[in-house]
Amino acid sequence: MTTRTWRPPSPWPRPWIGAVVWGAGVAFLAWNVLSLEVDPARVVRGLDRLGTVAARAWPPDVERAGMLVSGVLESIEIATLSTLFGVLLGIPVAVLAARNVVPLPVYAGGRVAVTLGRTLHELILAIVFVKAVGFGPLAGVLTLTVGAVASFAKLLAEQIETIDRRPIEAIRATGASRGAVLVYAVLPQVLPRIVGLSIYQWDVHLRHSTIIGIVGAGGIGATLYNAFARYDYDLALTILLVIVGIVLAGEAVSAVARRAVQ
Amino acid sequence: MSARAWRRHSPAQAAARWAGQLALALIAAAMLAHVGVRWDYLADAPAQVGDLLDRMLPPQWDFAPWLVQPLIQTINIATLGTAAAFVLSLPLAFFAALNTSPARALYALARLVIVVSRSVDTLIWALIFIIVVGPGSLAGALAVAVRSVGFLAKLFAEGIEEIDRGPVEAVSATGASRLQTLLYGIVPQVKPVILGVSIYRWDINIRESTVLGLVGAGGIGFTLNEAILGLEWARVGLILVVVLGIVLLSEAVSALARARIT
Repeated sequence: MTTRTWRPPSPWPRPWIGAVVWGAGVAFLAWNVLSLEVDPARVVRGLDRLGTVAARAWPPDVERAGMLVSGVLESIEIATLSTLFGVLLGIPVAVLAARNVVPLPVYAGGRVAVTLGRTLHELILAIVFVKAVGFGPLAGVLTLTVGAVASFAKLLAEQIETIDRRPIEAIRATGASRGAVLVYAVLPQVLPRIVGLSIYQWDVHLRHSTIIGIVGAGGIGATLYNAFARYDYDLALTILLVIVGIVLAGEAVSAVARRAVQ
Repeated sequence: MSARAWRRHSPAQAAARWAGQLALALIAAAMLAHVGVRWDYLADAPAQVGDLLDRMLPPQWDFAPWLVQPLIQTINIATLGTAAAFVLSLPLAFFAALNTSPARALYALARLVIVVSRSVDTLIWALIFIIVVGPGSLAGALAVAVRSVGFLAKLFAEGIEEIDRGPVEAVSATGASRLQTLLYGIVPQVKPVILGVSIYRWDINIRESTVLGLVGAGGIGFTLNEAILGLEWARVGLILVVVLGIVLLSEAVSALARARIT
């Protein structure tokens, strides 16, 4: 009588494949750690410095909080305007990138545009737009608009691809044009999604609008970056708290708004 | 014979919709006015972007060998950061899920950690870690890890909250300890979510890591910053092509891996 213990089924086609994959993963990570060239002495000094920095940062400098108002306002404006423009421009792009409403060549083009638009990080786009229109919030609005068009269009295209085909056929049977089919059969089905995704996009942009200032594209990020550069840590902490506050407030607003829509 | 066409909205509904849209347009106009758009700069933007592209193209291909090391560094930062975040977020998610959290206070604390981690962008975390450990990849990897912990733990916790109670009760009915219940009742149910979300975060982190160097936290962003400051636009062009390639590649790898898991 042998005691047999149950083992969970292996997710790998052959057990040795699992061992190889895990081994390779661990080896890769070990190589990663080695390549960081961590200098323990520097880390120890750093931790020491962390104490000094924390002491200088606390208490947060609330007296100068007044001077953050314009930066915060600018961040909110950048987020809101870029979401609005991004959604308005993103809706037609989403239609072009949805397989079930446009012919294949158009769809392929739309997908490529949507994918490429999301690839470069906002900060890189911001650098380009700062060169194009100069320092200031306009560069930020343009940057996030481009990002919004692509990511909003991708999410909306996925929603369009899941719609019910029957209304499309019904409208088409009345002899409606392609445009009329879009307006009367496709859009009504995805409208609640458009509102929900726009709110989500605004929420994301609120976060992004806090960093694009680092390269001069407006918002609170520039003030934060300067505070760090001038070792003005108590002001930096105030700004960080303000950013956490804005993002939390934005999340609360978007949660309430999304519940109202659904 | 009165010409009564079908309308989707009653006059009252239509009026409310118009009022809402008008309010949104007015807010946008007010924000646009406050942001202060320099229209002459905006009109000049296409020419400026054209000029920029002109300088960037063709990319300086022979600079490619100098990009290998920064590129490896970028991938290492993202991978290590994700791996560290993965390890930290597992217990955090356990505390942050209503059905597994051992105590109300721990739940609140875990949620607080998640919120702070998520609200502050990777770049801002990088600025903070540069103060502590000095400029370089270590600061970048730490920033990626700290930002990702919140993201991973939040989604893991949602996964844990959605599990089926049945297997958990079945395992605990055999007299299993709390740990055994966790390992055999809960973990197998959330494993696909945990792996899928982690791989997804890894490809987001590749994208984030491409800009960390702009603030001094290592990777290809550092080379990009040098090229921009040195006005070496053909090099910038090459770096952008490489960044585009690595982000697209990581997205493809991530999508393939996730498709296999789920």
